[in-house]
Amino acid sequence: MSSSAVSEAPAEFAASSATFLHAKPLAAIFTGALIVAFFGLVPLLGNDYWLGAILIPFLIMSLAGLGLNITMGYAGQASLGTGAFMAVGAYATYNVLLRLPELPLPVSLLAGGLIAGLVGVIVGLPSLRIKGFYLVATTLAAQFFLEWMFNQYGWFSNYSTSTSISAPRLVLFGQDLNTPVGRYLLTLTTVSVVALVAWKLVRSQTGRSWMAIRDMDTAAAIVGIPVAQGKLSAFFIGALICGLAGALWAFAYLGTVDARSFNLDRSFQVMFIVIIGGLGSLIGNVLGAAFITLLPILIDHVADRLFGGAIDAGQLENFQKVLFGALIIWFLIKEPHGLAALLGRLLRRLQAIASR
Amino acid sequence: MASAILQLRDISLSFKGIKVLSDLSFDVARGEICALIGPNGAGKSSLLNIVTGVYQADAGEVVFDGRRFERITSLAAARRGIGRTFQHNALFDRLTVLDNVLAGLSRHSRTNLLEHAFGLPRERHEEREFRRRAEETIEILDLTAYRDAVVSTLPYGVQKHVDLARALVGRPALLLLDEPMAGMNHDEKRRMARRIADVNRSLGTTVVLIEHDIGVVMDLSDHVVVLDYGRKVGDGDPDEVRRNPDVIAAYLGAVHEGVA
Repeated sequence: MSSSAVSEAPAEFAASSATFLHAKPLAAIFTGALIVAFFGLVPLLGNDYWLGAILIPFLIMSLAGLGLNITMGYAGQASLGTGAFMAVGAYATYNVLLRLPELPLPVSLLAGGLIAGLVGVIVGLPSLRIKGFYLVATTLAAQFFLEWMFNQYGWFSNYSTSTSISAPRLVLFGQDLNTPVGRYLLTLTTVSVVALVAWKLVRSQTGRSWMAIRDMDTAAAIVGIPVAQGKLSAFFIGALICGLAGALWAFAYLGTVDARSFNLDRSFQVMFIVIIGGLGSLIGNVLGAAFITLLPILIDHVADRLFGGAIDAGQLENFQKVLFGALIIWFLIKEPHGLAALLGRLLRRLQAIASR
Repeated sequence: MASAILQLRDISLSFKGIKVLSDLSFDVARGEICALIGPNGAGKSSLLNIVTGVYQADAGEVVFDGRRFERITSLAAARRGIGRTFQHNALFDRLTVLDNVLAGLSRHSRTNLLEHAFGLPRERHEEREFRRRAEETIEILDLTAYRDAVVSTLPYGVQKHVDLARALVGRPALLLLDEPMAGMNHDEKRRMARRIADVNRSLGTTVVLIEHDIGVVMDLSDHVVVLDYGRKVGDGDPDEVRRNPDVIAAYLGAVHEGVA
């Protein structure tokens, strides 16, 4: 162990931070441009259809993907309880808004998210003993149980006679958010804040612990990572984020709280987003959500233009589903690590061309 | 003899009725390099697994640093300063070398989830300190060139060094090395042996290692414990052990071959 080897360390460190500084202004400009575009230009230029029917659900599904990606992609705990966590978030936020109307909207949303997170911890308890498909089966049980519970007990929906209940008004700082632009901005702000916090988390000691548990849990315990705590915190944060997504889905997108919109199909849809986007990637959630929510709309439009009127509408719809499924399979064979890996390779290639 | 850092008293372990270890007792002195040798299946790795809480012994006690372990869990062993490497690759495959080494500092982390989520000052300070320590260990083990490489893409020999770096970065009082030189050629073995001796000398880390190459073991160790079928057949300094007829019998002449 020579002392000269130790003294060289700072020089090496300085070199790496210099390249980082070089990259920083570019990243800042890019981020700034994105903020201006999404917060400023989109609400100005987008019409109600684009905001309400395309961008809002796309953003919310990205958020749900982010939640599951924390639990499954980062911490390696596969879960089919996403729909249930979203339902808990939606019903909890609804009840907080209803019973504690004096609370400001962000606090109610956060409270709903925290309740979903706590339910996530309970659903995650079996992960301390079992893994893989067995764990998936227990989360599936939670999915069915919670869906049933919200339909069975009227208290959760304030004894509403119909199975779906209309959401309370969305008001923030005396401003009514119940316009397409207001709901879009609420969604976008929530997604941005959560993504920022998630970005901090996955780069921290917590994130490293999650990934260590995912890659090799015995070794994780032996280097001093509290494995049980790590698994449960991954379920907590994942379910919290899914809960926020569920609340937004109910209040900012549908305008009603309905357990049927958080069924097993929803859980699978979010899992596809995470797998197609890229396990263990934050940007992958956005890409996966774009694939899952926007591609069917695109196929729909193209098919309508090409075959509209010529083929029976029901047939056309089936054909679209087949095409969508085939695209998923083709893509996963071509790129098993997801769209995020594809994007990473593309960026590296561009960088190589630029530096030539 | 200096005070013992690790005392094993009548340790027994069996799997489904098959005895793996029977009434095994020995001491590891503070600051020494202790080699654990014996044929395959002698129970060497099982013993390390007991000390790090992967297996629970059926009987016996483990005293570390003067305190008896009530029930050993991996987390408790790590927190009390026992580090280890693995016979088969047990790295965090999809993380970079730096992140693997940083994970090795987990037992020193004093920050919580909330501080991580919002990057609060205590977290930023700890992260800076962790990075400094990780970079230092990476430098010491000549891993700087691989710092940002994902470990699954690295050659086996480099992975063995990353495993050592991850165990060493937390500055354990006791370092358990499970076949650190397995699959290495003669030069690589010599380099690894020098590393282990350096760590032992300059950091005062007590080392227990499992190794099959008797030549390396006899050069490197202060103390050799020989296991055969879960029993201790030899315990002493290298010369004593080399002359022990039971050891020669257990190894069927492998001692001579190794030394030559």
